[in-house]
Amino acid sequence: MTDPSTASAVTTAPEEFVTAAEHAEVKGNKPRSLASDAWHDLRRRPLFIVSAALILLVLLMAFWPSLFTSVDPNYAELGKSREGPSAAAWFGYDNQGYDLFSRTIYGSRASIIVGVAATLLTVLIGSTFGLLAGYYGGWLDGLMSRIADVFFGLPFVLGAIVILSSFRASGDTSATQIIFLVVLSISILSWPVCMRIMRSAAIAAKQQDYVKAARALGASTSRIILRHMLPNAVAPVLVYATIALGAFIGAEATLSFLGIGLRAPVVSWGVMISDSRDVIRVAPHSLLFPAAFLTATVLAFVMLGDAVREALDPKAR
Amino acid sequence: MGRYVLRRLLQLIPVFIGTTFLIYWLVWSLPGDAFAGKCGDRPCPDAYVQAMMDKFNLGDPLVVQYGKYMLNVLQGNFGETFRGLDVGELIGDAYPNTIRLALVALAIEAVIGLAAGVLTGLRGRGFLDNLVLVSTLFLISLPVFVTGFVLQITLGFELKWIKTTVSASPAPWEHLIVPGFVLGSLSMAYVTRLTRTSIAENKRADYVRTATAKGLRQRRVVGVHLLRNSAIPVVTFLGTDLGALMGGAIVTEGIFDIKGIGSLVYDGIIGKEGVTVTGVVTLLVMVYLLSNLLVDLLYAVLDPRIRYD
Amino acid sequence: MTTTQSEVDFEEPGQVPGAPLLEVDDLFVEFRTRDGVAKVLNGVSYRVEPGETLAVLGESGSGKSVTAQTIMGILDMPPGFITGGEIRFHGENLLKASARRRREVRGSGIAMIFQDALSALNPVFTVGFQIEEQLRLRRGMSRKDARKRAVELLDQVKIPNAKGRVRQYPHEFSGGMRQRAMIAMSLALDPEMLIADEPTTALDVTVQAQIMDLLKDIQVERNMGLILITHDLGVVAEVADRIAVMYAGRIVEQSLARDLYRKPGHPYTQGLLDSLPRLDLKGTELRTIKGLPPSLLNVPKGCPFNPRCPRVQDICKTEVPPQHRLAPGRLSACHFAEELISGD
Repeated sequence: MTDPSTASAVTTAPEEFVTAAEHAEVKGNKPRSLASDAWHDLRRRPLFIVSAALILLVLLMAFWPSLFTSVDPNYAELGKSREGPSAAAWFGYDNQGYDLFSRTIYGSRASIIVGVAATLLTVLIGSTFGLLAGYYGGWLDGLMSRIADVFFGLPFVLGAIVILSSFRASGDTSATQIIFLVVLSISILSWPVCMRIMRSAAIAAKQQDYVKAARALGASTSRIILRHMLPNAVAPVLVYATIALGAFIGAEATLSFLGIGLRAPVVSWGVMISDSRDVIRVAPHSLLFPAAFLTATVLAFVMLGDAVREALDPKAR
Repeated sequence: MGRYVLRRLLQLIPVFIGTTFLIYWLVWSLPGDAFAGKCGDRPCPDAYVQAMMDKFNLGDPLVVQYGKYMLNVLQGNFGETFRGLDVGELIGDAYPNTIRLALVALAIEAVIGLAAGVLTGLRGRGFLDNLVLVSTLFLISLPVFVTGFVLQITLGFELKWIKTTVSASPAPWEHLIVPGFVLGSLSMAYVTRLTRTSIAENKRADYVRTATAKGLRQRRVVGVHLLRNSAIPVVTFLGTDLGALMGGAIVTEGIFDIKGIGSLVYDGIIGKEGVTVTGVVTLLVMVYLLSNLLVDLLYAVLDPRIRYD
Repeated sequence: MTTTQSEVDFEEPGQVPGAPLLEVDDLFVEFRTRDGVAKVLNGVSYRVEPGETLAVLGESGSGKSVTAQTIMGILDMPPGFITGGEIRFHGENLLKASARRRREVRGSGIAMIFQDALSALNPVFTVGFQIEEQLRLRRGMSRKDARKRAVELLDQVKIPNAKGRVRQYPHEFSGGMRQRAMIAMSLALDPEMLIADEPTTALDVTVQAQIMDLLKDIQVERNMGLILITHDLGVVAEVADRIAVMYAGRIVEQSLARDLYRKPGHPYTQGLLDSLPRLDLKGTELRTIKGLPPSLLNVPKGCPFNPRCPRVQDICKTEVPPQHRLAPGRLSACHFAEELISGD
């Protein structure tokens, strides 16, 4: 995310830099490429620094939870059920007597895995369809756009419930399978957005004169898609993916909360929040801590996406 | 214009069929015993299974089942549940509650979102702008069920300002204010940001400068010239959101125990009442698609530059 | 809305009898941006009398539009800051006037038309509405009267079928018709002074001439002061009485139009004239001014034109040239102005 080279392929539309004539020469700096300009700009944004730091922290928790806690998240002491925060257990204990701090740390892993996997799958499906629809146009575009409309027409929560409950009815499912199903249902319901972004970027690229020229000179389809269309779409898709990652982590929690997402023995923030449901009045801390971590993580990704968007938008500067 | 509406309507048909068929397929044709748990712990008697098979056309190929079902739905007959309840009636009881909830949410997000967006868009960078920006980011990141629970606990259980559940049906408007806020909070953040961006973009537009150069009062320049243009994307967002709010009410209705279609469909899924699920989803999809069409038409009314020919 | 008090016939409290219609006096404006302070206007002065046409000429970035926006009070502030000078309308300093008084002057005292009528007209209101709006709000006219007057105005700017046209939206007009509608709108409150900011730049050449003729006719008919901002010497040749040439936020030459064409008093003006294509010199290479206008963040020392000037001397690189009075009403900011005028 913080690697400037990922965005270095962003092409700059020349007309974006022609500002109102009267003000044009007020900025007398040497022109930089949009990507390095964006990176330069990003590093100075407090929003970016805060969100990047938060995300790094969460990733660290997901990969090396033992750095943060030595308590086994699956060790329950029923005697300590619903005890509030103390020096021994910073976040207290939940209904079952699990240590909430330890579970919150370990819970980040499942949430992050679902978020990242769902984002990757969504972007993969969406961009492939979007590029093809944008490049070929015509009936293929029409067909793909209608298919996207079909999935777009399903309300997210409702669609996910139907998909998850239908597939889960088909017998016992292991923890991995459930994670897979959750990822799948999130992606199936979300790819149309990504497809539309990619499609319009591809169409915009196709209409650029230099792409027309490349086609006229007989450049191959794959070359045009890879060299001209894809780079054009990197910026908007990057922004979408960052924000979507946050949103998907929230979606996982919502599904778990409804009792159709992940469930024990998997530990995730959504599962913890779902567990706290019935004891919420007597032990609000069992909701508070996982919810706070969840919100902070989603917030970090949304803020990061926002910062990237503003940095990549030449007009905003 | 008329031709455009017709074309859009024709375009809606495949999407409508596609979406509802998808749902129908998911609900009815996935592997698994449709009768598991329907007759207590024991397997259902063959006679019952046979009767149910006939009633829901389960013996037919899926496409035929779907076709028969849709024909009935289009005649206003949503069918019966396994237990023999009329789904049309169930929906009829539940729907007003959800519509009310969605309308309250829409009103809240429109009023607060527009006000905050206009204010920050006009003021530009500063303390207020940052405050609103951070709170919208926060609202976007906060899962709806967290907002719901927190408000329910603090305002309901602790402060006793609101009723913690709204089980009455039809739900009284005043009881829906907090649930409406919970449901609309995410969109409220979007409306705020959309308005803010729109105003900020348009406020330096040439026509705003012209209006000032004409010697109009600042209030008129902003209230008429700037707002009228900036409202276009916001109004279209609000239009599409009505459909989305109804489909998204499931969590909010669960928390506040509102007897709407969200809880109806949720109960339907848990209790494996396929007819209820397909009925509600079909209706929601229809509302969603029609509201999108309406927004397209509204767009043409708001922006005279757009002519559909 | 109070509508009656700002009429032209009334003597306004701040106005001085016998003073010129509009005077810009030693105006300084700067833009404070993140990249630094850009000195956009550096002591600009000019005046316009009733019935007179002043053409303000310069490349983009020379400050000609900023001057106009400052006169109208529609400069974006920030980033713009007025750091010195006065703008006097009938002797009244507008920069010191109250916001309310400034608003009264806009439209009825000084009106303005813009380069791109498509973006300058509000896309979501009919042309009629946009003309009537001022009449209703500032003159207190009824809807019916305002509509009647709007049709008259559109007739005056020679828009055919004005009665039907008032109900149309700006995008339904052609480019030339749109600019005519813009002019009609600016005339609604019978201003004494009209500022036209590149009114023909966005138009086809044939339409340009029609619009210029229209502006000239209206000006003569109403005895209005007219400031015509343009970057095109060719456009102003026939209509301008006087010309002010701007470069890097300064007026480098000011003169009667015919004197300037006959014998430019500044190397920059000379360069502009030389770069006009001429039929009598067909076949010879068109001369251009070498280089680019300076960045206003970093204006060259001495005469701002010195890096591009063909006659540059040592003194040009160190000292800012003062205004040389070459003849009554003729000024040039060049160290060698007298030589230019008297020389070959």
